[in-house]
Amino acid sequence: MSLRGNDLLSLREMSPEDMELVLSTARSLKEILSRPIKKVPTLRGKVVCTLFYEPSTRTKTSFELAARYMSADAVSFSSASSSVKKGESLADTARNLTMMGIDLAIMRHSVSGSCHFLAKVLDIPVVNAGDGMNEHPTQALLDIFTILDYKSRIRGLKVAIIGDILHSRVARSNIFGLTKMGAEVCVAGPSTLLPPDIERLGVKAYTRPEEAIEGADVVYVLRLQLERQAKSLFPSKREYRDFFGIDRHRLSYAKDDAIVMHPGPMNRGVEITTDIADSPRSVILDQVTSGVAVRMAILYLILGGWD
Amino acid sequence: MQFIDKAEIMDVDGIRRALVRIAHEIVEKNKGLDDVVLVGIRRRGVPLARRIGDILKDSENFDVPVGELDITLYRDDLSLKFEQPHVGRTMLPFDVEGKVVVLVDDVLFTGRTVRAALDAIIDLGRPACIQLAVLVDRGHREIPIRADYVGKNVPTSRREVIHVRLEEYDGIEQVVISEEAQE
Repeated sequence: MSLRGNDLLSLREMSPEDMELVLSTARSLKEILSRPIKKVPTLRGKVVCTLFYEPSTRTKTSFELAARYMSADAVSFSSASSSVKKGESLADTARNLTMMGIDLAIMRHSVSGSCHFLAKVLDIPVVNAGDGMNEHPTQALLDIFTILDYKSRIRGLKVAIIGDILHSRVARSNIFGLTKMGAEVCVAGPSTLLPPDIERLGVKAYTRPEEAIEGADVVYVLRLQLERQAKSLFPSKREYRDFFGIDRHRLSYAKDDAIVMHPGPMNRGVEITTDIADSPRSVILDQVTSGVAVRMAILYLILGGWD
Repeated sequence: MQFIDKAEIMDVDGIRRALVRIAHEIVEKNKGLDDVVLVGIRRRGVPLARRIGDILKDSENFDVPVGELDITLYRDDLSLKFEQPHVGRTMLPFDVEGKVVVLVDDVLFTGRTVRAALDAIIDLGRPACIQLAVLVDRGHREIPIRADYVGKNVPTSRREVIHVRLEEYDGIEQVVISEEAQE
């Protein structure tokens, strides 16, 4: 049971034991975030590089802060201001960065499987920060960490994931992670945004969100990727809101102490109403803090003491 | 690695008497317990710190705050360890600023654990002073560190290992000196 020197590419491939290791390490490291001086010397001399070929606010900042709190140096590379614009291939860019001495690469890319590709090309560990429609493993780990904060267990909980299941790497990673840890996962969304074979992943699928939410401990609201509307996968934002938006009424189907989660960025008034997003049942901002602790744990477990 | 116990050097009474003496020395040296806090180094320093706290409560009728310190993130030998050590939780329910911090550990050996603990404490604030209490000092220091309170000095060879076994973790109370089994 060790992540040392390894890639973290997907929860589909991650053992429940390794997931537990990340979660318990993050539990210990979270204390550092409340210190007046948020820094421990553990990863001194290590360099991590974030390669983001897609926009991100939370994930990139969260990884970079996590690295710095552990005393690693973080450099970032963004495709917009780089030689990618001059046509350099992903493999060449990454190999060049490695030759400058980075110890770990964190990548987000719009192509599914690109992190697996990068891991094959590079000798250093690669962490997936979201690859296309495939997975976003660190997001799911921080989501599970947040659920544990409120529910103290995963086994036996009912988690309803609502929205664009088809395009959501967040949904996929959460489905893999939560089912491995013993949760019952239900998904709901417009039939155009539900993969037809989704139940093969061990979840129940519904086209009425109320059915998925019935008796849930956790209601996980996905971002409606508005760019999908152009492809006519749903008629309008308003219609989506009317049939799938999480509001007071739909939430009333969940347990009284159910929590509401969202990976951000939120389209307020579309997939979630503002009063729910800002209600005491929303743990959306806790997810952000958990994210830093979980990523500190991942960096420690992969890089700590590893040459 | 298999170890064979060679001799028991402290039993349940021996451990208790040593902690009682350490508790009294802490009061004596600091002329009271104002501003004194006890910080156990994970893992076996933690129950020892709690016990010293309990003794002080009984004898001085004074509640000394007790905290737990994990030093994994401050170790200098992470890369040498075959097994990556588990990061435990640091829980200090008080501010160390201006306090007399008494670090508590089971065995003082090379001094490297204490070095790491000093860094960990100083990262949390600036204590008025830091003192060190250990149940056993077995010698072989690799850095200039000494203990203020010692339960028992035990001369050892480097091949030997001191095992402190405590009710909380081991279901038994004893300190033994053991040696690696010969193949």
